[in-house]
Amino acid sequence: MSTASGPRVGLFVTCLVDAMRPQIGFAALQLLEEAGCRVEVPRQQTCCGQPAWNSGDAADAASIARQVIAAFEPYDYLVAPSGSCAGTITHYPELLARDPVWGPRAAALAAKTHEVLSFLVDVLGYTPTGLRLDASATYHDSCSGLRELGVHDQPRALLAAVEGLELRPLEGDNVCCGFGGTFCVKYPAISNAIITEKAEAIDATGADLLLAGDLGCLMNMAGKLHRRGSKVRCYHTIEIIAGGGAGPAIGETP
Amino acid sequence: MTAQDQTSFKARAGAALADTTLKLAIDRTTGTAERKRAAALAGFPEFEAARARGAAIKDHVIANLDHYLETFERNATAAGAKVHWAATAEEACDIVVRLCREADAKHVTRSKSMLGEEIHLPDALATAGIERVETDLAEHIIQLAGEHPSHIIWPAMHRTREQVAVLFNADHKPPPDAEDPASMVQSARRVLREKFLSADVGISGANFLVADTGATCTVTNEGNAELTTTPPRVHIVTAGIEKLVPTTAHAFALLRLLVRSATGGELTQYTTFHCGPKRPGDADGPEEMHIVLVDNGRSRMIKDEFREMLRCIRCGACMNHCVVYRQIGGHAYGGTYPGPMGAVLTPVLDGLKQSRDLPFACTMNGRCAEVCPVRIPLPTLLRAWRVRSWEEGLEKAPMRAGLGLWATLARRPGLYRLASAIAVRTLRVLGRSGWIRSLPLAGGWTEHRDLPAPAGGTFMERYKAERAKGDSR
Repeated sequence: MSTASGPRVGLFVTCLVDAMRPQIGFAALQLLEEAGCRVEVPRQQTCCGQPAWNSGDAADAASIARQVIAAFEPYDYLVAPSGSCAGTITHYPELLARDPVWGPRAAALAAKTHEVLSFLVDVLGYTPTGLRLDASATYHDSCSGLRELGVHDQPRALLAAVEGLELRPLEGDNVCCGFGGTFCVKYPAISNAIITEKAEAIDATGADLLLAGDLGCLMNMAGKLHRRGSKVRCYHTIEIIAGGGAGPAIGETP
Repeated sequence: MTAQDQTSFKARAGAALADTTLKLAIDRTTGTAERKRAAALAGFPEFEAARARGAAIKDHVIANLDHYLETFERNATAAGAKVHWAATAEEACDIVVRLCREADAKHVTRSKSMLGEEIHLPDALATAGIERVETDLAEHIIQLAGEHPSHIIWPAMHRTREQVAVLFNADHKPPPDAEDPASMVQSARRVLREKFLSADVGISGANFLVADTGATCTVTNEGNAELTTTPPRVHIVTAGIEKLVPTTAHAFALLRLLVRSATGGELTQYTTFHCGPKRPGDADGPEEMHIVLVDNGRSRMIKDEFREMLRCIRCGACMNHCVVYRQIGGHAYGGTYPGPMGAVLTPVLDGLKQSRDLPFACTMNGRCAEVCPVRIPLPTLLRAWRVRSWEEGLEKAPMRAGLGLWATLARRPGLYRLASAIAVRTLRVLGRSGWIRSLPLAGGWTEHRDLPAPAGGTFMERYKAERAKGDSR
């Protein structure tokens, strides 16, 4: 439960989790509170602006960035269940570099922005207890979290605390799945070639579950696995850590 | 865009994706490159420090380029070489062709140089009626095939050894004794050896230009650069101005990074410093040495957001580790340089309008920057091209309109929540089974994969409802 003394965390839900898989947001909320944080969900949030920024629309990206900064700067931390969105927020100083007012505010927010799994481990020193899931799983390192925020050991450490869960190595776990935001719809044939290899590697592990830390990548991998008739079930890592491994996986109905 | 390709990027990529032999060739070479590089770095614990130093050396030279260019010219001239300056690719080719004519050259040999490809020197020599023989084994293969390099280190990496056997059997007289790599290499040696000795002019590139000695440095694994530059009467070097380093020690600092990143070796078989022509008492060497220093857009890059690209030492690690390159290979990019570094450089060389797809055909996964030995922030530079593309109005109208609508909503949280709640309900109706197999306007997605339907109401709706319930208790 939240305590009056714990850090005040603004939960950045992310637009994809908000629309497609709210249980990821609730899992983050639950674990942050269990770890002693006072969590709030600012109503002024929509998206981090990455679609605009990666499309070259810097003006709209900057405008959305200012909105996120204003909404989250009152908190001790901004925490998001996505390395990709948190990574974008850490790039706001770059986006607003020439703005004398918003540049420093962007830098201040970037410095207290975290991906949720690494925040739980690195900042809060959280270790889950009493978790059990009898299954085998394999883990894909989503690129932004891995390379922009150093998310690698933390999710593995959290998963190691789940009794009965066997983590199987994934060949090319640090190789992009071919999602890439608008890339996958702009260059569908190339994206398909990349995700096909990824899906083959996932199937080759023989694991029951595929876990990852970003819903965009997960939807790409889950969507391809389902199209191929694979039985692998996909979850965001935080769902498993929050004890949601018995609930419906991505694409499953309750 | 190079002369051979007037087709669209998507068409070229599509053709590449359909070519299973190409995929086999790419996987063989990039897979080996990735493994060997990883093994080399495992035995090079000071790699991170060496990268930082490599980047610092290049940044220092770029910041003081005028000084080092003048120093290089002075020292190269003192060593007996003649330095020529070319602002553009055309000027560079004109100088080389003029020098060949002055030497009354009928046959020239050339050792592999991507700068030569960049300025389209092979075409210029052909137009001038000068016979050119490529002496690098892979360049020999693509010369026989009438192609351009598909990789900056392994120009013929798109061709399997089985395909090379077909080319050699058709061209080599007599043909190779057998189709194993050793016999084919032996056959190429036989064919090329006589060309080396009969050439009037040898043309090479340079991996480094050493300012304080005026030397140019080449690295090869075949020794063909030495045989190209030593026997002919005239040696011509073509090099980009960003190849400068202050001293030989700096060249070696970068060589440690270059070779490990490129082939996974610690050093190439041959590392040669060419300092001026033959001196009195020398056993061999050319009578004349000319060095053509090429700008071709580089001094413009110093002033703009692509400055860090001038650090590039042309190792090819970025393309070996690129998920897109590994699916489509080098030719689909349509420029001289493929892969991530090519996607940054080709718009500089050929114009953004011609090559606009390249900075977008990238998932921004960051692996290229992770492996770059001189820490070039390639995704950042690719994004800079995307910003220019947007600012110059090159983005297509539907994408512009769609993104504009989305951004308008994203800036109005109340309206955004309403719109996303409606979208979620619609998608849930379409995906009652949990999956959507086909969706209008999202064909790029559903053509190849299913779309999971939203799991329930939006987080923001449900969170608000739960809070309200909590408050009323």
